[in-house]
Amino acid sequence: MPIRVLIAKPGLDGHDRGAKVIARALRDAGMEVIYTGLRQTPEMIAEAALQEDVDIVGLSILSGAHLALVPKIRQTMDKSGLNDIPILVGGIIPDSDRPTLEAAGVTAIFGPGTSTEEIVAHIHKILTPKDTQ
Amino acid sequence: MNDLVEQLLNGNRRALARLLTAVENEAANRGEVLAALFPHTGRAWVIGVTGAPGTGKSTLVTALTKAYRAQGKTVAVLAVDPTSPFSGGAILGDRIRMRELSGDTGVFIRSMATRGSLGGLSRATRSAIRVMDAAGFDIILVETVGAGQSEVDIALAAKTTLVVDAPGLGDDVQAIKAGILEIADVLVVNKADRPGAKNTVRSLKTMLELGHPGSRSQVVAHHGQLLRVESNGVGNKDEVEAMWLPPIVETVASEGKGIGELIEAIDRHRHYLANDAALINLERQQIEIELYDRLREALMTRLLQKIPGNVFADVIGRIQAREIDPESAVMAVLAKVPDVS
Repeated sequence: MPIRVLIAKPGLDGHDRGAKVIARALRDAGMEVIYTGLRQTPEMIAEAALQEDVDIVGLSILSGAHLALVPKIRQTMDKSGLNDIPILVGGIIPDSDRPTLEAAGVTAIFGPGTSTEEIVAHIHKILTPKDTQ
Repeated sequence: MNDLVEQLLNGNRRALARLLTAVENEAANRGEVLAALFPHTGRAWVIGVTGAPGTGKSTLVTALTKAYRAQGKTVAVLAVDPTSPFSGGAILGDRIRMRELSGDTGVFIRSMATRGSLGGLSRATRSAIRVMDAAGFDIILVETVGAGQSEVDIALAAKTTLVVDAPGLGDDVQAIKAGILEIADVLVVNKADRPGAKNTVRSLKTMLELGHPGSRSQVVAHHGQLLRVESNGVGNKDEVEAMWLPPIVETVASEGKGIGELIEAIDRHRHYLANDAALINLERQQIEIELYDRLREALMTRLLQKIPGNVFADVIGRIQAREIDPESAVMAVLAKVPDVS
């Protein structure tokens, strides 16, 4: 069954070219990508992840607000019972901020210049095929 | 899994999401789930929204959802987008236009990929609608992929079908072609503030005057097969008068214009179906066609299990070498299967 991925852009920056490139690459890797568009609040992201029953959430953040946004998104998702859904972050993240994000439950961080193959491989690695019960 | 069914019936949204995945992935126990949910279905009003790409279906669905929410009705949205035939992946982008619906617990939106199905819906759409119906939503809006002229499957799943058109998409010959326009219960001309809207309305009117099936509970072309369902004598005291003529409603969905009129038209269609007992006919017909579909699928699966894999490769090679024509090849394949030939 195709892997379902939510690609979301939290916060206020208006550039979603990176998010679209990733969405396209994941589609070409056979995944179903739910793209939510710009300026998503943590609540919107958690709700979309729940309704779409995705396997993984990818956040694209270029604004520098990742330290404020990412832990909030993780908490909001956990509150909705989505603690089993991993979060990936892509964008401009200073190395010094990585430990904080990882401590907040982010499984991987992809900076500029990451190849899309690397991201696809990472998703395949961390996701065991969704159990259909 | 039974837990999930119970949770869904108690209004748990995660259970609803998980069960939608189970039917979509055709999980082994989906039969059990659907059987348990089936007695709770049949209550929602299912509205299909179809039309060419770019006519504004997602925006219209958003506007309709807001209007129904204002009436206090709960709404589930099922938005279908195409799967790439090359990678099997899909980009499901309908939520982009639906962002203002976020945060409302009376709304549930689910995106679905077609996963290779061609009729404008996915194979699991009918089952997904039932799961949402059992969850107790008053209205279920099903948005098809951007459809052209032959994606008419939605009419087999919806109680009211909206066909959305917009100015500038083609001349009036497009409007008289068979197919998608004929399944409309309500025709919507969206983006009605754009130049050419009057022309679009006029072509649709002309099409309707030239003759329209009016009541699709008579004949439906399905997967190349014409199916006739007897109208079992209900409601034909005066066929002509009883016939439903699709109204044409002009909207500007992005500004909420015309949405009130559209909801009135949908309500009128709903009352027409209910008063005329046509609803019973429509449902009978939909069930009959669904049974044919499911039977065909089940037989096909069984049949394929009985045909050794190499027979296909062999036959394909012979057809390509022009040694045998496709129709004779089918007969030759069937001859190798006991109980069928």
